[in-house]
Amino acid sequence: MTVERGQRAGTSSAPGGAVRVAAASPRADVRLALPSGSVDGAEAAAPARRPKIEARGVDFFYGATQALHDVSLAAADCQVTALIGPSGCGKSTFLRLINRMNDLIPGTRVAGRLLLDGEDIYDSRVDVVDLRRRVGMVFQRSNPFPKSIYENVAYGPRVHGVRDKAVLDEIVEKTLRGAALWEEVKDRLASSALSLSGGQQQRLCIARALAVEPDVLLMDEPASALDPLATAKIEELIHELKERYTIIIVTHNMQQAARVSDMTAYFYLGRIVEFGETAKIFTNPSRQETEDYITGRFG
Amino acid sequence: MALHTDRRYEEELAHLRQLILEMGGLVERQIGDATASLAAADRTRAERTIERDHQVNRYDVDIDEECLRLLALHQPAARDLRLITTSLKITTDLERIGDMAVNICERAIDLCERPTSLQVDLPRMADTVRKMLRESLDAFVREDADLALSVCKEDDVIDALHAQMFADVLGRMTQDPSLVVVGTAQLFVSKYLERIADHATNIAEMVIFMVKGKSIRHLSVPATI
Repeated sequence: MTVERGQRAGTSSAPGGAVRVAAASPRADVRLALPSGSVDGAEAAAPARRPKIEARGVDFFYGATQALHDVSLAAADCQVTALIGPSGCGKSTFLRLINRMNDLIPGTRVAGRLLLDGEDIYDSRVDVVDLRRRVGMVFQRSNPFPKSIYENVAYGPRVHGVRDKAVLDEIVEKTLRGAALWEEVKDRLASSALSLSGGQQQRLCIARALAVEPDVLLMDEPASALDPLATAKIEELIHELKERYTIIIVTHNMQQAARVSDMTAYFYLGRIVEFGETAKIFTNPSRQETEDYITGRFG
Repeated sequence: MALHTDRRYEEELAHLRQLILEMGGLVERQIGDATASLAAADRTRAERTIERDHQVNRYDVDIDEECLRLLALHQPAARDLRLITTSLKITTDLERIGDMAVNICERAIDLCERPTSLQVDLPRMADTVRKMLRESLDAFVREDADLALSVCKEDDVIDALHAQMFADVLGRMTQDPSLVVVGTAQLFVSKYLERIADHATNIAEMVIFMVKGKSIRHLSVPATI
């Protein structure tokens, strides 16, 4: 399947992705609206545990430039998958494909299949706004709205149609607890989100992503601008969140990848060089290129 | 293999390898001096060899410190991680071999007091054991898993020599009880040499792990690696 990217109904009206956008009620069990027959027939090759996210031979082009070549990868539920590799290797491009953030860039094109729960993310019938509710994203630089802490978290559910103050209060508390921020902000929910420290702002952005009850959390270098203590809190949070979410994280910090992830994919020049268990990758990788990169024999 | 982008780190890993080699060379010399003192009933040489053991211990401490420093400062991964953890374990085996050499010297000193000696082939056993140690260290430096595997296989030869020596000496002591003191001391030396071969085998197994990333310890020795 090849999909030409362009103007299309349903693409996000709010640049910034899942954390800012909205779809139907977060309480509704919204699935990608596809008839069951459209699920890919090649299930025989799937592992016993069906992957939450699966890429099969994905190519990606920025105009004439091919940024990804034949990328195949499966991310299981309740696991953290780390994407590592040098700048320009395609890892962030791949991450952004998973909630169709690259749709916002004109002239881009995707080939191959990218599946969420076995359903093609790039199928023309997919509601991109709903996709981005199910696949949340946290960025390198925390980007809270210039509003109160409460409003940052309540924004998503509100846009999804939650009006009841008591319900919103409950969502805000539950989500802030889930993001390990509640104890630090419960007495100042009306304060500006911008009054928080960098680490707290980043956890607020994670809370904002969690407030719409996603299945998958994409993290693009979520701790690279934080000090070691704030980084440790984010990593601790990732450990807690993986109980309930599928997490895919891009990081340049290889020790971080080693600490937080179950699986690691090494990207180089737009291809996956090696994908395997993190413990194996960091003690005894199969490919010399992986070995050279993670041991610092590079460039 | 490509060099590290961080040149200083590259040099520090090379230095670690060098320290292991120096320690290994010293320990090999200790075995040679110990068995030579025994063969020549040379008390002075045995005593000097015992005194030199503190140098072996010094290397043990220094290499441990160097490994901890590298682990803490560079967070090594993959091959580098295996080099450093292997080095930590190799020094322990080398230090124990050094102690065995001291034990051989002590038996050599005991035997200086005894004019009689059993004509047993300890020198041949000692030569084989030293060769095993030398080859395990060569394998470490050259990252040669095949050579390391051949060392592991050689351990069976030493075990057989020791068993043969034991039966032989025991038989002669049974026939002539005046040989018991000398014979027992020589059996101890045979046992020390057999233990040294075990430690050399441990080193060789660690080298295979370092090179291949898979452990063959506590398994029967594979035909190929």
